[in-house]
Amino acid sequence: MKPRHKRALLIIAALAVIGVAALLILNALNSNIALYVTPSEVAAGKAPDGQTFRIGGMVKDGSLKRDGLTVHFVITDMAKDISVSYTGILPDLFKEGKGAVIQGRLNPNGEFVASEVLAKHDENYMPPEAKHALEQAQKNGSNK
Amino acid sequence: MIPEFGHYALILAFCIACIQGVLPLLGAHQGRREWLVLARPAAQTVFCLLAIAFAILAWSFYINDFSVLYVAEHSNSQLPIMYRLGAVWGGHEGSLLLWIFLLSTWTILVAQLSKALDEFMVARVIGVLGLVTCGLLLFVLTTSNPFARLLPAAQDGRSLNPLLQDPGLVFHPPMLYMGYVGFSVAFAFAIASLLSGRLDAAWARWSRPWTTAAWVFLTLGIALGSWWAYYELGWGGWWFWDPVENASFIPWLVGTALLHSLAVTEKRGGFKSWTVLLAITAFSLSLLGTFLVRSGVLTSVHAFATDPRRGIFILIFLALVVGSSLALYAWRAPKSTMGGKFSLSSRETLILLGNVFLVVSAGSVLLGTLYPLLIDALHLGKISVGPPYFNSVFVPIMIPLLVLMGIGPWANWKNTDLVIVIKRLWLAGLVAVAAGIAIPLLMGQFTWLAGVGFLLAFWVIASGCLQVIRQARVGKPTRSFIGMQLAHLGIAVFVIGITMVGAYQEEKDVRMSASDTVTVGGYEIQLQSVAAALGPNYKAMRGTFLLIKNGKTEATMYPEKRSYFSSTMPMTEAAIDAGLTRDIYVSLGEELDDKSWAVRVYYKPFVDWIWGGCLLMALGGVLAISDKRYRIKLKKQIS
Repeated sequence: MKPRHKRALLIIAALAVIGVAALLILNALNSNIALYVTPSEVAAGKAPDGQTFRIGGMVKDGSLKRDGLTVHFVITDMAKDISVSYTGILPDLFKEGKGAVIQGRLNPNGEFVASEVLAKHDENYMPPEAKHALEQAQKNGSNK
Repeated sequence: MIPEFGHYALILAFCIACIQGVLPLLGAHQGRREWLVLARPAAQTVFCLLAIAFAILAWSFYINDFSVLYVAEHSNSQLPIMYRLGAVWGGHEGSLLLWIFLLSTWTILVAQLSKALDEFMVARVIGVLGLVTCGLLLFVLTTSNPFARLLPAAQDGRSLNPLLQDPGLVFHPPMLYMGYVGFSVAFAFAIASLLSGRLDAAWARWSRPWTTAAWVFLTLGIALGSWWAYYELGWGGWWFWDPVENASFIPWLVGTALLHSLAVTEKRGGFKSWTVLLAITAFSLSLLGTFLVRSGVLTSVHAFATDPRRGIFILIFLALVVGSSLALYAWRAPKSTMGGKFSLSSRETLILLGNVFLVVSAGSVLLGTLYPLLIDALHLGKISVGPPYFNSVFVPIMIPLLVLMGIGPWANWKNTDLVIVIKRLWLAGLVAVAAGIAIPLLMGQFTWLAGVGFLLAFWVIASGCLQVIRQARVGKPTRSFIGMQLAHLGIAVFVIGITMVGAYQEEKDVRMSASDTVTVGGYEIQLQSVAAALGPNYKAMRGTFLLIKNGKTEATMYPEKRSYFSSTMPMTEAAIDAGLTRDIYVSLGEELDDKSWAVRVYYKPFVDWIWGGCLLMALGGVLAISDKRYRIKLKKQIS
């Protein structure tokens, strides 16, 4: 084999690896991205259908109810409320009146069934996604 | 008054770092010896000044000087002394100071240990490091001064985030930073050789131990972080594909590729351009990691108070470093890329292929990490890329890499007969297939993922054993060889750990009252009581659990739910009964209505092998550095 051919073969091998990786990446990105949606958008029916997505907002004061290991609460952007249910142990920083980001999907009754509740690691910290939702709702409110 | 001295030391260090960065490089370019010789003393002075600044900051923490804003924000008088010192790098400003201090430490080590190296080369290396130091010092002085005063002084500090009050924190950041920053040495060597046009085997031999050292620290740092997340965050996982974790993992992957590519450059004089490019990439990714973590664009444990100016500064700095070094690369990189001739079936080809896999995997992780930021920056909406993405992309890329790991060390340089390699490896293949089938069956359930995991791990182990046997027949193995074997064994041990945990761990969230039991992995866990307890700066609810196997009590476990006096944030402190073949992990959730508690229980088989594997890799690296050939060269050149 000539050196030129050798090099071509090596380059083809490298490109094949990159190509396969690109396929894997595209495939994985397609099925593993969760969109952030604000409570107002969910209320307006803009949530992705039958897909996992994330909601950011505040946990409404006085909305937390326990039923054994299952908890029910309301997440709000101060304009619209979405009721959420979650089974499992909530993170330490999950509190009424604080920001939270939850991942899950809507069930047919319009309740959001959370598979994951994310609350961040500092008491003074507000998840940017939750902040974003509040700001959006405020902006829409003042426009009306 | 003392903190002002610290600030002053930083300013002085900046000025001298400018000298260290500019004059030696100019001197090397124009052949002026009187400028060249400035490199070492300048580097030493910068190191001393930074050491002073760092010591002063630590002192301010020690004496609880709450008139220093940074101290007031990250410490308080009730904090135990060890965590007060750990808090020095518990926030943004201090951790940056640590970054620079370590950079200066690497510089001084290079300056001291490179006496045998050509004067021009040393001056250039120290000069490049000086420029980096300069940029970062400017960053600290303009946007994140750790010595800023708080007047009037606070009565008491705000304390350290309770999550960070842990021995793991005291060691995790310095280790990780030693690794991050260590790649700056490989980077400086690469830039210096591009400047001088002397990209040869000697250059590779010089940068190799430094790169390995940085890689060892990075490995340990990542492992410590993962271990800390496992026992302290109370989530029970060991890796979350959190953007910040990725930020340290991407340089690791590229650094691993660099290690192997350097081996080819040293032994065969090949892959020069590729090696240089990897060195530049590894350091740029370390900087990018710092940017991602410190700029606050990411949301995670590590994101401290955010300030857009900081992000912009690091971004500009990053663009400057990457831009100028790539421009230099385009201009000066050697044209012949392949170096010594080699056939398609040779160790060079296999290493190159391994490199491609490592770099592609690093790219895929980088893409997943940056994709949400990109989408957000383009105002296309907010998204998150979750662990499933990383698992489904990263794992398939690693499978062929592990196959290669078993073959690569058998191939000869230049040319090798693959038929002979296969003849030697059939036994290893047999062992691997047997392990891949037998172990999952022994564990009680066969899954393909587990089968493949064990197959690959035992393929690497068996191939390594055969290599050791062959080497022992030929003669005494070098430390380099043992180091490589240990590091590869570490990977295999690591793979066994993640396969076991991935396939056979059990997790239960349950509601328990006193004397309730829950069963995981053949163990019974019984709740005795939950009672109040008091710590030095917190009060807690402490659960008492009995760990019972076959009716015999093996251990008593005390998970806690703490609330620290200085913050309203509750903290879960998990109880872990660790063992060679399994961990039992109990953490208290919240109290439910009727004196019962939500409890999370895990059975995690072989989970400690994950960190054990990392330790083996690091140990392998240390042995490789201590190899005779680096030292003999030194002695020869000195005398």
